Amino acid sequence: METVLAFVIGGLYAAGLYMLMRRSIVKLVIGLALMSQAANLLIFTLGRLIRGRPALIPPDAAALAGPFADPVPQALILTAIVISFGVHAFTIILVKRAYQTVGTDDLDDMRNTDLLS
Amino acid sequence: MDVLLILPILLPLLTAVAALLVWNRRPVQGALGVLGTVALLGAGLALLDAIWRDGVRTLQVGNWPDPFGITLSADLFSAIMVVLAGLIGLAAAVYSLGSMDPDRERFGYYPLFHFLLMGVCGAFLTGDIFNLYVWFEVMLIASFVLMVLGGERAQLEGGIKYVTLNLMASALFLAAVGILYGVTGALNMADLAHRLRYVEQPGLMTALAVLFLVAFGIKAAVFPLFFWLPASYHTPPVAVSALFSGLLTKVGVYALIRVFTRLFVQDAGYLHAIILVIAGLTMVTGVLGAVAQTEVRRLLSFHIVSQIGYLLMGLGLFTPAALAGAVFFMAHVVLAKAALFLVGGIAHRLRGTYDLKKLGGLYRSHPGLAVLFLLPALSLAGLPPLSGFFAKLALVWAGLETRQFAIVAVALGVSLLTLFSMMKIWNEAFWKPLGENDPPPAGGTSPALWLPVAGLAALTVLIGLAAGPLFVLSLRAAEQLLGM
Repeated sequence: METVLAFVIGGLYAAGLYMLMRRSIVKLVIGLALMSQAANLLIFTLGRLIRGRPALIPPDAAALAGPFADPVPQALILTAIVISFGVHAFTIILVKRAYQTVGTDDLDDMRNTDLLS
Repeated sequence: MDVLLILPILLPLLTAVAALLVWNRRPVQGALGVLGTVALLGAGLALLDAIWRDGVRTLQVGNWPDPFGITLSADLFSAIMVVLAGLIGLAAAVYSLGSMDPDRERFGYYPLFHFLLMGVCGAFLTGDIFNLYVWFEVMLIASFVLMVLGGERAQLEGGIKYVTLNLMASALFLAAVGILYGVTGALNMADLAHRLRYVEQPGLMTALAVLFLVAFGIKAAVFPLFFWLPASYHTPPVAVSALFSGLLTKVGVYALIRVFTRLFVQDAGYLHAIILVIAGLTMVTGVLGAVAQTEVRRLLSFHIVSQIGYLLMGLGLFTPAALAGAVFFMAHVVLAKAALFLVGGIAHRLRGTYDLKKLGGLYRSHPGLAVLFLLPALSLAGLPPLSGFFAKLALVWAGLETRQFAIVAVALGVSLLTLFSMMKIWNEAFWKPLGENDPPPAGGTSPALWLPVAGLAALTVLIGLAAGPLFVLSLRAAEQLLGM
């Protein structure tokens, strides 16, 4: 399972970077979303994958025994997903406003702030 | 429950909420903003005083025991940064009263301003690496909206670059935190510092360290990752630019210093050599980029980059004296830089342009403004007896002590170029007579514009005059950073 996820994460990073390199601002947003998903999966995989053993103490036991799924990475990912949801919602609106104001979705045409005045 | 530690986060939050409650009464929002930042400054000073007397303070939020709960912790360096955040916040809040247009105020300028301050203070006070990520995001989302609030074309263009690069840095930071947790099973920074000593994977450690270096490097705008900064920082209103220039990149530097003095000290020589090279290149590219500029705010943006190099130089040299120099330099550059942006804003008020070619004659018509420009400008270049001289003296001295002559030479050369660049502004905006075809003066100014500039300029002088005690404070902060 770890091997499969490793390839998925690598694929997501590669796809995200590829999208970031494109000139369209819409693809830019997609690239950013893919990058943050890749990071989430990376945290999930690095927290060790253990199936069917939630971190719950059984009613008849006093403490957790044996290997159990670490809840911390899941909490981290949940936080990260919520944050990236908000941030990406903002980015999509920003891209829409930029497209309406500048009249293009090509990053190469958005160089006014870089030119010498 | 240690109230002092939580106050710098709570006060901006309460101010922001209060400002949201009086959404339609904008003068009240502005007054609340000033009150809130005064309170933040007071809380920062109280915290600094308490830590000076009793040492490092920590607070376990919700009373969970040490490595499990959410930890807030503050040493002298954090407290100094909170005080600086309060000062810059106050200056920008007062300046906003006289300069912010009603449209921006109507769409929540003041609440956002305080959410930004909350994120910044949270990043300074957290003792947990994942919470550092969360505070970074709080700060970023507020800064995103402040950056594009108003919706001018330049703002949106600059905003896209700013947002993209910062989100990429956040994704890298998050990945680094995930790997760190996978390797050590800890997120609490004190716990991490302890556990990282026993990790037997030097290759992985180096990869992790470089991942953190790149992620924070983008946020701190170091060479070669700084291009988003001069593309975006000059687009929002000048009060926002001043706030950003004073605080945001400095949070990146703060995180770099925190991580590379506490977590990644195993193969210190190797990493700190890289940081020194980056520091030199950041100084040089920043100041050379400024040479070609004629727009005041863009010119100053490049200088932000250049000054970041000095802060990294302190980290790269990695001796108590050098880190003390970096802390001292931080206090100096935050104040001087914000003052220069605000002076640019007043010049724009008086002449209706930021273009150096069209500005002129300000010395003749407003000698007071000329003085207020010269103090922070000469301080930035490092002329005695202003704050910049002592900050640079400390860094150069530390460089000579560790026999890193190359970086010392670069630092001194860049100082000269900075002076040249500041003199260019002086000649063009203040000394040169105003051309005949130029537009008439655009508008009046109010005391709300002059007060913060005068205050910040006075502080650059004061820091220079009180350099001795302040350097002792910086040295104590550096010793705490190194765990001595």
